[in-house]
Amino acid sequence: MRFFDTRGKPWLVWLGFALVGLALALLPFALAQAGTTWVRIMNYTILYVMLALGLNIVVGFAGLLDLGYIAFYAVGAYAYALLASPQFGLHLPFWLILPIGAAVAALFGVLLGAPTLKLRGDYLAIVTLGFGEIIRIFLNNMSRPVNITNGPQGITRIDPFSFGTFNFARPDTVLGIDVSGPIKYYYLLLLVALAIIVVNLRLQNSRIGRAWEAIREDEIAARAMGIDTRNLKLLAFAMGASFGGVAGGMFSAIQGFISPESFVLVESIMVVSMVVLGGMGNIWGVILGALLLSFVPEILRWTVTPVQEALFGRMMVEPEVIRMLLFGLALVLVMLFRPAGLLPSAVRKRELEEHVA
Amino acid sequence: MLLEVKALEVHYGGIRAVKGIDLEVEQGELVCLIGANGAGKTTTLKAICRLLPSSGKIAYAGSDITRAKVHELPRQGLVMVPEGRGIFPQLTVEENLAMGAYVRGRVDAERQYATFPRLKERRTQVAGTLSGGEQQMLAIARALMTEPKLLLLDEPSMGLAPMMVARIFEVVREIAKRGVTILLVEQNARLALELAHRGYVMESGAIAVSGSAKSLLEDARVKEAYLGEAAS
Repeated sequence: MRFFDTRGKPWLVWLGFALVGLALALLPFALAQAGTTWVRIMNYTILYVMLALGLNIVVGFAGLLDLGYIAFYAVGAYAYALLASPQFGLHLPFWLILPIGAAVAALFGVLLGAPTLKLRGDYLAIVTLGFGEIIRIFLNNMSRPVNITNGPQGITRIDPFSFGTFNFARPDTVLGIDVSGPIKYYYLLLLVALAIIVVNLRLQNSRIGRAWEAIREDEIAARAMGIDTRNLKLLAFAMGASFGGVAGGMFSAIQGFISPESFVLVESIMVVSMVVLGGMGNIWGVILGALLLSFVPEILRWTVTPVQEALFGRMMVEPEVIRMLLFGLALVLVMLFRPAGLLPSAVRKRELEEHVA
Repeated sequence: MLLEVKALEVHYGGIRAVKGIDLEVEQGELVCLIGANGAGKTTTLKAICRLLPSSGKIAYAGSDITRAKVHELPRQGLVMVPEGRGIFPQLTVEENLAMGAYVRGRVDAERQYATFPRLKERRTQVAGTLSGGEQQMLAIARALMTEPKLLLLDEPSMGLAPMMVARIFEVVREIAKRGVTILLVEQNARLALELAHRGYVMESGAIAVSGSAKSLLEDARVKEAYLGEAAS
């Protein structure tokens, strides 16, 4: 992806980085002008970016369609909730739980991956879909005979992130600037998201990334080239899942309350849509997809009613209805005009053109 | 002995496709395995590189590989060019070759480009858009990227124009000259025997005749069944 020709002008790249960095740093304060809610919405958007990037490893890089991805988000969220809430009286620090959550989610990724190694395409999609539901139903029912997850009531009073006396949930004054809780979380989320982006970028052009590409193209040929397809597929599941687990842990802390309701099938479909709409396999495309599908609908929520009242003097269509309408329309339009996604990866684009032709 | 196959048997469900064959390839040899459709040639090759489960013993470079995994063999220098080429159709020629260097870790395609100038011209072209002959060349070049000791070629002439077949066989001869040991599976018996040192003729899952390529070219049975000449 090259917007400008920066060859021979490396300073342009750094200038671009600096501008984007500055914009991202100032964004929460700009959003806060419109209300803290918007900062919160932005935080959830970043969580979706993380999820979409995690799923992109499985779907985009390794070509394994996973329709139950939200299960890993749930695993991460519950791992955090159980280790940092009055539920068991455990209050471990977040920097300890997040890696644990990532590891547990990765383990679940392997648990899902191992029995499905020989499946491809539709069959894999069906099994992963079932897996997602199994996790949710388990969480819903693990309140008896031993109460672990509190069932449908969910877990409440989950600890926010804190670092010594620095608590992410409380407003503070840093260097003379008033910083609210959500803004603090924003920076933390941004940092983690950046780390995930860097890992994704490094993976894409690595030996592992190339091996995934080969597996996606032709599994037999990949094996004939000396690629251990079993381990690499499991690795894709585990890595994708661990990112989901980290995002889940952060979701738990920010929200302070979780229940199985947050991890329904629609959420999985949402994340898959982000990856597909943005462009499978292209990191920037996937980020764009996540931003579009999680942030834009929120704008609608706040604009649809006033616009209708101004036009017709009363509200005619509920924002939620319009949202689903536009969501469907957007997906149909993208599939018609940009079947490989908004910002497709070069190889994916070729694959789709091949099938159309 | 680089490759030693003893009493190899392969089953597809209840059907015995390969019925206990013995096969040997010496270091530096070019050996061909010829036979009609369905004789079990490809099955034998797939069993050797562990794509199919089999009974019997397969020894490669002195070690037993009967229990080895498919992906472990290229590292040891045993590489197969699968039937139907098995290139990565959406990747470019360059990317395909880079994938071939997966076990070696370093990508230097220049040597391959020297052998296949046509591939150099098309290095940025998507492999799926190459002609059949070029795809076969790419498949062989990609296998060579692993720096094989023993190369298993499965019907490299399949579906190619006679001109291209001649070119491919020339390349196989060149590679053999470089010291790569080759086991070639072919239906085109004459071309294969003219190229090879030794040959095995397979018939319905068993070795019917074997011997030096020269003697096989003279063999009355082989002449009649595979070379299209009347027995004299």
